[in-house]
Amino acid sequence: MLIKTMFSGFGGQGVLSTGQTLAKAAMLENKHVTYLPSYGAEVRGGTANCTVTISDKDIASPIASEPEFVVALNQPSFFRFQNLLRAGGFLLYNSSLVKPASVRGDIETLGIPSTGLAADLGNVRVSNMVILGAFIRISNLISLKLLLKNLPDILGPGKLRLLEINKKAFQAGYNYIKE
Amino acid sequence: MNKQLMYGTYAIGEAAIQAGCTCYFGYPITPQNELPEYMSRRLLEVPGGVFIQAESELAAINMVLGASVAGARVMTSSSSPGISLKQEGISFLAGSELPAVIVNIVRGGPGLGNIAPAQSDYFQATRGGGHGDYKTIVLAPASVQEMADLTFLAFDLSDQYRMPALILGDGMLGQIMEPVVIPARKKKKLPEKDYILTGARGRPARLVKSLILDTRQMEDHNWKLVRKFQRVKQNETRWESFLLEDAEMVVIAYGTAARIAKGSINRLKKEDPDIKIGMIRPITLSPFPEKIIRETAGKVSDFFVFEMSTGQMVEDVKLSLEGRGTVHFYGRPGGVSPTPAEVARIMARHYPQSKSTGKK
Repeated sequence: MLIKTMFSGFGGQGVLSTGQTLAKAAMLENKHVTYLPSYGAEVRGGTANCTVTISDKDIASPIASEPEFVVALNQPSFFRFQNLLRAGGFLLYNSSLVKPASVRGDIETLGIPSTGLAADLGNVRVSNMVILGAFIRISNLISLKLLLKNLPDILGPGKLRLLEINKKAFQAGYNYIKE
Repeated sequence: MNKQLMYGTYAIGEAAIQAGCTCYFGYPITPQNELPEYMSRRLLEVPGGVFIQAESELAAINMVLGASVAGARVMTSSSSPGISLKQEGISFLAGSELPAVIVNIVRGGPGLGNIAPAQSDYFQATRGGGHGDYKTIVLAPASVQEMADLTFLAFDLSDQYRMPALILGDGMLGQIMEPVVIPARKKKKLPEKDYILTGARGRPARLVKSLILDTRQMEDHNWKLVRKFQRVKQNETRWESFLLEDAEMVVIAYGTAARIAKGSINRLKKEDPDIKIGMIRPITLSPFPEKIIRETAGKVSDFFVFEMSTGQMVEDVKLSLEGRGTVHFYGRPGGVSPTPAEVARIMARHYPQSKSTGKK
């Protein structure tokens, strides 16, 4: 098993922390993992992306040639990164901000109104964790149960006050797909 | 310490702390700022720890020299243009036979270049870098775990042989996060630092310098440094080999390029299990693992060198082969990180035709 996922969106949407959360959760399940952020002259409001690779074996290249999954949090990344996906790959997008247009015919796509669902929970900033919850359901790469159990470790002592809202966000995304 | 998901730069920093580094001097430059940031925080917690953001790279490397001559385990770090500025001090460290660990998180160049990962400083790192007849130890990690492991090694080798040790990373290895276990320091038996300046009360005065005006003495000193480096070569040359046993073509790459190349080999093998490509990944770039490369030439005639530069290590490969075998080269300079798929296409093109199974 060797699965590469690219998370992308505006700087400030929590793209990098989404990738890091997935990477840490996978590591705590004893999987091999790499997290590679895009690193340019990025600023808030600019574009940001990261690639998370999860495997049951040693990971050779952290750079993805053709990722299996793309998670797009905004319109520009929806257009830009669907081209990278391998044939048969999966594109998950934030339908609160993305209008699905000009979609490749050889990939699967699914929109989830993650900003809207986060607003319902009372904090739009957890929109990224809502979509990560949905991603976990779709990709089956890690277990939601273990993620929720390990969440205090993943967030770290500085962000423990955000534990409950993050838990709710994961579950909202996960359950949205279930329905 | 438990397994943690860590940035490459943080792994170097924590390993340095665990290795007993008590002094860090540096000047900010992207893409390695997370390392001084980490050191500034951690050295506060270390008894006697000193962190100084110097006024320039030149000041930083001379502070390194001062701390080293006083007996401390000391580190500095920078990225390509900053390392160029430090070369005078590195030459002085080498001339004075002083240990120090210098980290170069390489970016695209020349000049100010950009902040993307590159391997363009191979020549500078492996040929001494500054003026004068000397070499340094150069270690090339390819993973976050190796960033930590080779930092421990760099401090030990530097102390053991009394010469500067460089860690040559790049923007990708600095920014990437991977699980890493940072072990407690295993104390190695190292020679006593009987040269350091600690105050001469009760013992004869000592002098640490690189100024040797007498030409014969300077010549002797130069040859002494050469003999010392020969011992390093004999004892400390390191590399990783991958699928070498029945290889028809051998890829030679280090650091990030080796990670990409390994991904390319795995891709090609998945498409065609009969394809036989192995790899030698130099871990020490200086001393260069020339012996294993030369020995491999007895069994394999095609070598494929991949670098994120216009071709620097490829010259050492050719020198190692001494005319045996054919050397193919693929380079992506300027901060471009090609995908494994791209490098795989080039590799397949150079794979010996008679051995090819006809598939692309």
